[in-house]
Amino acid sequence: MVSLSDYLILSSIIFCIGLAGIFINRTNIITLLMCVELILVAVNTNFIAFSHFLGNEAGQIFVFFILTVAAAEVAIGLAILTLLFRVRGSIDVDVTNSLKG
Amino acid sequence: MSSEQIIFYILSFWFIATSLAMIFARNAAKAVLFLVLGFFSAASIWILLEAEFLAITLILVYVGAVMVLFLFVIKMLNIDKSTIRAKFAEYLPLGLIVALIIIAEMFLVLGSAQFGLEVMPSPARHGADYSNITVLAMQLYTTYVYPFELAAVILLIAIIAAITLVHKKEATHKKQNVSEQVNVRAKDRVRLVSIVSPTKEEK
Repeated sequence: MVSLSDYLILSSIIFCIGLAGIFINRTNIITLLMCVELILVAVNTNFIAFSHFLGNEAGQIFVFFILTVAAAEVAIGLAILTLLFRVRGSIDVDVTNSLKG
Repeated sequence: MSSEQIIFYILSFWFIATSLAMIFARNAAKAVLFLVLGFFSAASIWILLEAEFLAITLILVYVGAVMVLFLFVIKMLNIDKSTIRAKFAEYLPLGLIVALIIIAEMFLVLGSAQFGLEVMPSPARHGADYSNITVLAMQLYTTYVYPFELAAVILLIAIIAAITLVHKKEATHKKQNVSEQVNVRAKDRVRLVSIVSPTKEEK
């Protein structure tokens, strides 16, 4: 049988891969957004594992809402990205430093 | 080793491998495709955990809508590949160190001594008459009905925000002004000109 700690360790590994991806790909905003998606899926796996092992469906309801918010976040993030590309001609993070002061 | 464990380890291997391939991919479109494969593995793991509805939702919403949106934006923006990889190696050691430290800590905290089968036994599988969707719907439409409606409002706000951000307000758009069309009078459109035909003497 697969224990709860296996699922939790798997999701923590995926979480850390997403975190390392944010460090590594920090010049490309699209890959940054994809790493955030990876982190969210890792967290959702955590919720579902606890929901299964504790026999409580509230965890799955929570994942439902996280999926909704993540979809909204991606829609707005990609809209901002398109706007940024239209204004600057690039989506490089280092180019968009006008707020640096 | 039971068959459930074998399936779990195969799926976990693919999930981790595709995630690593995603963050190290040189091409953003290839990264999206690796992430799609990773999401399929995640959905399979969720099915192992008896969350069938959410697994199908993950594939339908994430792979079907969000990832296709990513691909669409990547193809539309036509990003120059050479600029993306400029600073690849600079933050690689720091990222790996942080990730490895967190993984080591998580191994210590989440090991089998704390969350193993002895501490938290695996629950019995549900029978064939168990419906995951029914259980979720009963919860969602009774206890969590207000959060459910808030989620709908959030999606509506996301639609409006995305359209407002990207919409171009340019002179190239041809649109009709309805109030002008309704308020028009006959004298604005028709000009009556009296033409007097010249007589022979005037010629």
